[in-house]
Amino acid sequence: MPARELVVIGGGPAGLSAAIEAKKLGVEDVLVIDRESEPGGILKQCIHPGFGLHVFKEELTGTEYAERQITEARDLGVEIMLDTMVIELTADRRILAVNSSDGLLELKAGAVILAMGCRERTRGAINIPGYRPAGIFTAGVAQYFMNVEGYIPGREVVILGSGDVGLIMARHLALEGARVKSVVEIMPYPSGLIRNVVQCLQDFDIPLLLNHTVVDIHGRDRVEGVTIAEVDQQKKPKLDTARHIACDTLLLSIGLIPENELSRMARVEIDGITGGPVVDQNMQTSVEGIFACGNVLHVHDVVDWVTIEARVAARGAAGFLRREKARRASTVQVTAGEGLRYVLPQKIDLGGELEETQKFFMRSLRPMDRARLLVRSDKGVVMSRTLRSVRPSEMISIKVKREILEQKGHLEISLHEGSERGA
Amino acid sequence: MVDVVVIGAGVVGCMIARDLSRFDLDVVVLEKEDDVGCGTSKANSAVIHAGYDAPPGTLKAEFNVRGDAMFDELCEELDIPFRRIGSLVVAVREDDMKELKKLLERGRDNGVSPLRIIGRSELLELVPNITSKAYAALYAPKAGIINPFELTIALAENAAENGVSFRFNSPVVDIGAGEDGALVVRTPHETYRSRFVVNAAGLFADEISRRAGAEPYTITPRKGEYLLFDKAYSDLNVVVFPTPTKISKGILVCPTIDGNLFIGPNSQDVEDKDDTSVTSEGIDEIIRGAKELIPDLPLGKVITSFAGLRAVSDNNDFIIEASRKVKGFVNVGGIQSPGLSSVPAIGERVVEILREEGLELKEKGDFRARRKRIPAFRELTNEERERLIQRDPAYGYVICRCETVTEGEIVEAIRRPVGARSLDAVKRRTRAGLGRCQGGFCSPRVIRILSRELDISPLQVTKGGKGSEILMGRTKEFIEPDGDHHAS
Amino acid sequence: MLEERKVTCVVCPIGCEITVKVKGKEILELSGYQCKRGTDYARAEVIEPKRVLTTTVRLENGHFLPVKTAEPIPKERIFDAIRELKDVEVKLPVKMGQVVHKNIVGSNVDVVATRSWVH
Repeated sequence: MPARELVVIGGGPAGLSAAIEAKKLGVEDVLVIDRESEPGGILKQCIHPGFGLHVFKEELTGTEYAERQITEARDLGVEIMLDTMVIELTADRRILAVNSSDGLLELKAGAVILAMGCRERTRGAINIPGYRPAGIFTAGVAQYFMNVEGYIPGREVVILGSGDVGLIMARHLALEGARVKSVVEIMPYPSGLIRNVVQCLQDFDIPLLLNHTVVDIHGRDRVEGVTIAEVDQQKKPKLDTARHIACDTLLLSIGLIPENELSRMARVEIDGITGGPVVDQNMQTSVEGIFACGNVLHVHDVVDWVTIEARVAARGAAGFLRREKARRASTVQVTAGEGLRYVLPQKIDLGGELEETQKFFMRSLRPMDRARLLVRSDKGVVMSRTLRSVRPSEMISIKVKREILEQKGHLEISLHEGSERGA
Repeated sequence: MVDVVVIGAGVVGCMIARDLSRFDLDVVVLEKEDDVGCGTSKANSAVIHAGYDAPPGTLKAEFNVRGDAMFDELCEELDIPFRRIGSLVVAVREDDMKELKKLLERGRDNGVSPLRIIGRSELLELVPNITSKAYAALYAPKAGIINPFELTIALAENAAENGVSFRFNSPVVDIGAGEDGALVVRTPHETYRSRFVVNAAGLFADEISRRAGAEPYTITPRKGEYLLFDKAYSDLNVVVFPTPTKISKGILVCPTIDGNLFIGPNSQDVEDKDDTSVTSEGIDEIIRGAKELIPDLPLGKVITSFAGLRAVSDNNDFIIEASRKVKGFVNVGGIQSPGLSSVPAIGERVVEILREEGLELKEKGDFRARRKRIPAFRELTNEERERLIQRDPAYGYVICRCETVTEGEIVEAIRRPVGARSLDAVKRRTRAGLGRCQGGFCSPRVIRILSRELDISPLQVTKGGKGSEILMGRTKEFIEPDGDHHAS
Repeated sequence: MLEERKVTCVVCPIGCEITVKVKGKEILELSGYQCKRGTDYARAEVIEPKRVLTTTVRLENGHFLPVKTAEPIPKERIFDAIRELKDVEVKLPVKMGQVVHKNIVGSNVDVVATRSWVH
């Protein structure tokens, strides 16, 4: 199975930011896997400004932020694999991905950064009664249709939820000649930024109905209207306040859910409140070597903080990779060669406690009157002993000097019949 | 001039069509919707009942037991998943036990086996989180679950492969007598002349029968609402019923063959035969009912709700008979629960009735009984996946993340006989869009594939037939050159 | 004529409700603010509110390119700008930042691409 040093799952702002930082920190092999045909994640459809004030000290659109990161990542030598879906992730960092040109790809990652982002809450999550006609979209999908594919989802629109995605969509739609009849919000305050309430709703005379929700959807083939009603303190609809709004489209902007299926598969512990992994100060999850950042960890509202967070995760992952490398370099593997059934211990941890001499225990495969025991390192024979009356039933032990072990690499201990060296 | 016109491409109509396709006949199926199985067939409990519920002597009882026995072979031939996971009718109130004993006896009279009453300890082994009030249950270990839409499409595909024609968006507007004893069946676009007409029009079977001048009966639509839960929170492995009432089997807690959990249905007569709206009272009712069986339901993990309409006839039993008034007209109406379980037996009986009525049944030499399902990438081993991708790279491009459905499967679903032509049709055949994100990621991609395969603009792609187009215009299309829009 | 206008400042998350007493184009008094950025914003909003317009324009290959006005333009001209961009068609390739339409609605502000597009 091919081994990759750092694999980042998701090529949106979280994944790209992490990959860029990892490269800058000296991680040589950085692979970003993304399921779409272009990187940038959700930023591809964010044509509006409000991005980059902290990271780039300029106000950029989402698309500009994405392109700057994609260019930087590519310039730094980050490998970005597109149109590829990761379908399995294990706790020991084995990844199974698939695309149509390579087929199935199995990789073993030195470290993994989870950056899969989030999905939108759907109608089912809040059980809006009524029919299931065409014309009901979550706001993000409608935004994708408009800004990436170039199609308008509807002409007379009601938006449920005053989160930023819904507010931004109100403006997008108004600027495309659609009529947004109302933004309906169940809470007594808007959930998006004030700036967006002003520049997306007030600028376009779009009414914001607080303390209201949608209680019915009409229309069998296509949305024909919605019934809205005021809600009480317990957020239950007061049906005597119900009224009808004719429309052909209902957009739902009712929340985001971190997309942690792969995380769960890898047995990453998930926090029930955030919906994302439990992490330490290095963004490492409960599974060693697996880190998380961005919306998959918790839902963000400003992409700049995603980048800051992703850099921490990258630093964490780079540190992890460095320590793993050091650990591997400081482990001596000891194997049983010819004539021996086994040797114990099978490895020496040079980072741990070491005595002047290290005792090794072994058993021979067969009886020998006279035998030559050889200890070989990568450099050749470093020690030899003559043994008499060797029996499989009797444990053999030897002492090896610390200096031999500190030369690192690999040791092989073998036993040969007779007094001659080797075979 | 054709041999048989079947009205309705629900599971019953498609079963009959498939059974008729064994013979050297010209068969046409007329369906008013855009796809097969758009009525009751796609919105029911999907349970193949053991057969203890219907009163002995009724057609329901007879066909349930006979049909149930035929399912294993049918599903094997059609290559569709079918699992006999067992069902429980749970007793929670004191006089429920009397009902259970009645059902046990009825079951025995109907020939249902195995069937027995179990106590709480065995009940707990089957359903560890059953309500503490449950003290006994009627256990039918052979009751089964299936995907009713998958069954319908498999039957239709197989029928089409064996020569049956399917016409969609073809409601029957008129049936009358023609010359030389044939019946004339008219849709808005076409006219068919046929010696035999099988009325499997579901909720509208009574209207078709009346229109043909055959025996009058009434079909009352009875709504049942359902809530479907995310797969990750569903580990129930047996169908759980409450003790039944006079009008319905009650609100179940039930696994689906695809691994989800659902609760429902309630039971409410409605006026409108197209009223499949879900109501908030209905949602509350099914939650209350389901909690009486399993109090800790993953209510925060509902992914969708839907409703189906049962076709209830005025004698509350199946109507499967040749008309005495109109020669050649066969009524197959009132197929409500246990309709799905009875389907293979209904097909068998209708063929018999047609033979008795004079239809010559000459077996086809080249009848292809076996049909292979579309390979489901998510179910294959890695070696099988690799081979599939090498054969067709489109199987390596995942379109639906939640259900791991690849482009290859979607294209296959479109290209097959009785292929998908809408988003919902793709969803029902491949599961793309049925998962927890409900099409959030995949629907733009599925629209692109449908647009390409059907050679239509994305603006023409529908959710489920004409009138349900998803997108309304191209960017810039609605900007009026000198409009009165303004920013305030 | 003396007017009292209320402006919600959007410069920072606090969102001060600033009251501006204005006569014609002359600002007489401001209250409710907490900083200079707020007063600057409120003045501009009352005298000549401006907005950056972000939208998409058609590319010669049939797709749509995201664009923005390089500077804010008068808010009252936004829809005129939308109409002016309706039939613009941009040739490929395009580089991010490239001007795709000059001097929108006579404002001396150019419209620029907010991403690159090759083909």
